[in-house]
Amino acid sequence: MTTMHTLAIYVEDRPGVLNRVASLFRRRGFNIHSLAVGHSETAGVSRMTTVVHTDAGGALRLRAHLNKLVHVVRVEDITHRSSIVRDLALIKVTADHATRSSLMQLAQVFDARVVDVAADSLVLEMTASASRIDALLEVLRPYGLVEMARTGRIAMTRGPAAELSIPSAGFEREAEAGVSYSV
Amino acid sequence: MTMTGAQILWESLVREGVTDVFGYPGGAILPAYDALLEFPIRHTLVRHEQGATHMADGYARASGRVGVAIATSGPGATNMVTGLATAMMDSSPIVCITGQVGSRLIGSDAFQEIDITGITLPVTKHNYLVTRPDDVASTVREAFLIARSGRPGPVLIDITKDAQQGSCEFDWEGAGPSLPGWRHAPTIAEDLVAAAAALVNGAERPVILAGHGVLISGAMQELRTLAERADIPVAVTLLGIGGFPASHPLNLGMMGMHGEAWVNLAIQEADLLVACGMRFDDRVTGNLRTYAPHARKIHMDIDPSEINKNVAVDVALVGDLQGTLEQLLPAIRRNDRRPWNARIAANKGDAAVRDIQFLPDDGHLYAAHVINDLWRATHESDTVIVTDVGQHQMWEAQYYHHDAPRSLITSGGLGTMGFAVPAAIGAKRARPEAEVWAIVGDGGFQMTMCELATAVQDDVQIKVAIINNGFLGMVRQWQEFFYERRYAATPLSGPDFVKLAEAFGILGLGAACRSDVQEVIATARRHRGPVVVDFRVEQEDTVYPMVPAGADLHAMIRRPNPIVETADD
Repeated sequence: MTTMHTLAIYVEDRPGVLNRVASLFRRRGFNIHSLAVGHSETAGVSRMTTVVHTDAGGALRLRAHLNKLVHVVRVEDITHRSSIVRDLALIKVTADHATRSSLMQLAQVFDARVVDVAADSLVLEMTASASRIDALLEVLRPYGLVEMARTGRIAMTRGPAAELSIPSAGFEREAEAGVSYSV
Repeated sequence: MTMTGAQILWESLVREGVTDVFGYPGGAILPAYDALLEFPIRHTLVRHEQGATHMADGYARASGRVGVAIATSGPGATNMVTGLATAMMDSSPIVCITGQVGSRLIGSDAFQEIDITGITLPVTKHNYLVTRPDDVASTVREAFLIARSGRPGPVLIDITKDAQQGSCEFDWEGAGPSLPGWRHAPTIAEDLVAAAAALVNGAERPVILAGHGVLISGAMQELRTLAERADIPVAVTLLGIGGFPASHPLNLGMMGMHGEAWVNLAIQEADLLVACGMRFDDRVTGNLRTYAPHARKIHMDIDPSEINKNVAVDVALVGDLQGTLEQLLPAIRRNDRRPWNARIAANKGDAAVRDIQFLPDDGHLYAAHVINDLWRATHESDTVIVTDVGQHQMWEAQYYHHDAPRSLITSGGLGTMGFAVPAAIGAKRARPEAEVWAIVGDGGFQMTMCELATAVQDDVQIKVAIINNGFLGMVRQWQEFFYERRYAATPLSGPDFVKLAEAFGILGLGAACRSDVQEVIATARRHRGPVVVDFRVEQEDTVYPMVPAGADLHAMIRRPNPIVETADD
């Protein structure tokens, strides 16, 4: 059964690393649904959050392939872990004198912020789960969407950090624990 | 000590144990070539950069050491792509070094500039672009570590011209690898080992599948102990040939598309497959839905991404094969599987009488005869056979019986025609004391025969046996079976190979009938220097048995009209 899998990939911050990761997805036939890249808590290590559509075996193999990339430090599949998943959207919507106040009320209901007001448009900023943002978009659509930019999902597990050690366990259990070993 | 990037490159190679490189100079790599003369490294001048990569590959596979190829930027680099892909598919440790235009010209479409790190991303284990002399030593160290560790593979180092020309302080000790994402394979959990041992001890009809990993890991003795102690027959993959002696009573031979019938039948009837360093390639399994339907599967491999890729397995032991088997062996009980081995032997007896070797001489020369005669002449001495790709490659696997590890070198995964002659040159460089034969078809030979000039100029004494049937034989065979004998573009002409050899300054010999084969082989072996032998064999001969691509493994096309002749005829 194929579902969305959310992977957190820690990579060395070196030129071309994104290309290596993206090339691997392409080469092995995985379609990236969403990809967000930024610094991690460790200097010199970037964190990529990707969402891919695949089955459980595919996700496991994808992680094994990712671990083989020399500059990949660690891969976690946080799909089934309790985690916080957020997407940031900037949405420009048509707004004139007549519609502005109702749009601002909608923004309030959705916990979106109005970050720019012009004579004929508004820009809303919303940080939430992807489905909440999608819901806001649906209600904004009748007003006229001018432009939208989204970051793609970033995610983090709840609770304390997973221990990064090499447990003496089988390959699947180690993969579960996010252990990377290159071959 | 202050050195140029070019000097650091060679010094680093020397410190990594490199004695031989295969290459072709050009503008962007000239500073490196200029410095080469100061270092104790033998350079073999190839005729095409693809040849350099195959030579490095043959060198690596013959010796287990890392092979090194070097070329210039642009076309020199792109010509290496086929060789890198070949090494990638067959897990062969090579390091390819390419020159690159000056770092300030990168991205400007300068003369002979190409994005070779971008191009080779999917066909290398890792690659590097080096733009400063300060990074040369650490890059070489990392490249060799990556190439030869774990599941070996090719690494490319692209070095800009200014990185070769510039100078810096050389500090080998301080240039240690910095690879935070690189770890050794972990130990295997005891409960998994116990589960695997229980499957082995409890099986009635087990088969060991031995692949290239046996040779790479050096697990020949452990494999043999496992097979003998548990009395389990061993089927080998094409690249696993030599990992278990062909003459061993438990050796079944090669499995898969052109494996003998008894081997594939044993796999289909088995209740347990013990896969050792192999990856269930489609040429091995046939139709996955009907593959080994009664068998539980144990998969030992160093690469976790191979687990459950093609065949779902019951127990996966991920790690270096030798260590894995060492861990497993104490839990393996001595066993006697006479009924199972007898059943396989009965199947085998049925097929053996139809063997082409028992046919009387009807005036035709068959490739199988040539290869079997070559085996009879050479197998008691230290011999390396390097095959190209196609019918002759399969006949070699069937009729040359390899007992020694690293005695067969062939392009398996990528199936690279043109591989044999350059790879044989590389193998001979790695093992000068061994007799090295390239067995090639007339098609593949014509792809890289320019490297005969390399063999002459650098005195590399390889013997080349051309299995010359005037066709692209394996493609013709597919046309015969699956395309109603419509021989589109498979009839193939070529030069007079004996005269061609003479034009290169090489001894050229020819044979067209069976009675001449042994004598030309003897002459070729006696000759001090490279030899080309043109064996003009039956034109429309066919490799049997054959499992059509994607068909069930037991659905073999057997040899036609069961030949009743036996050895007595």
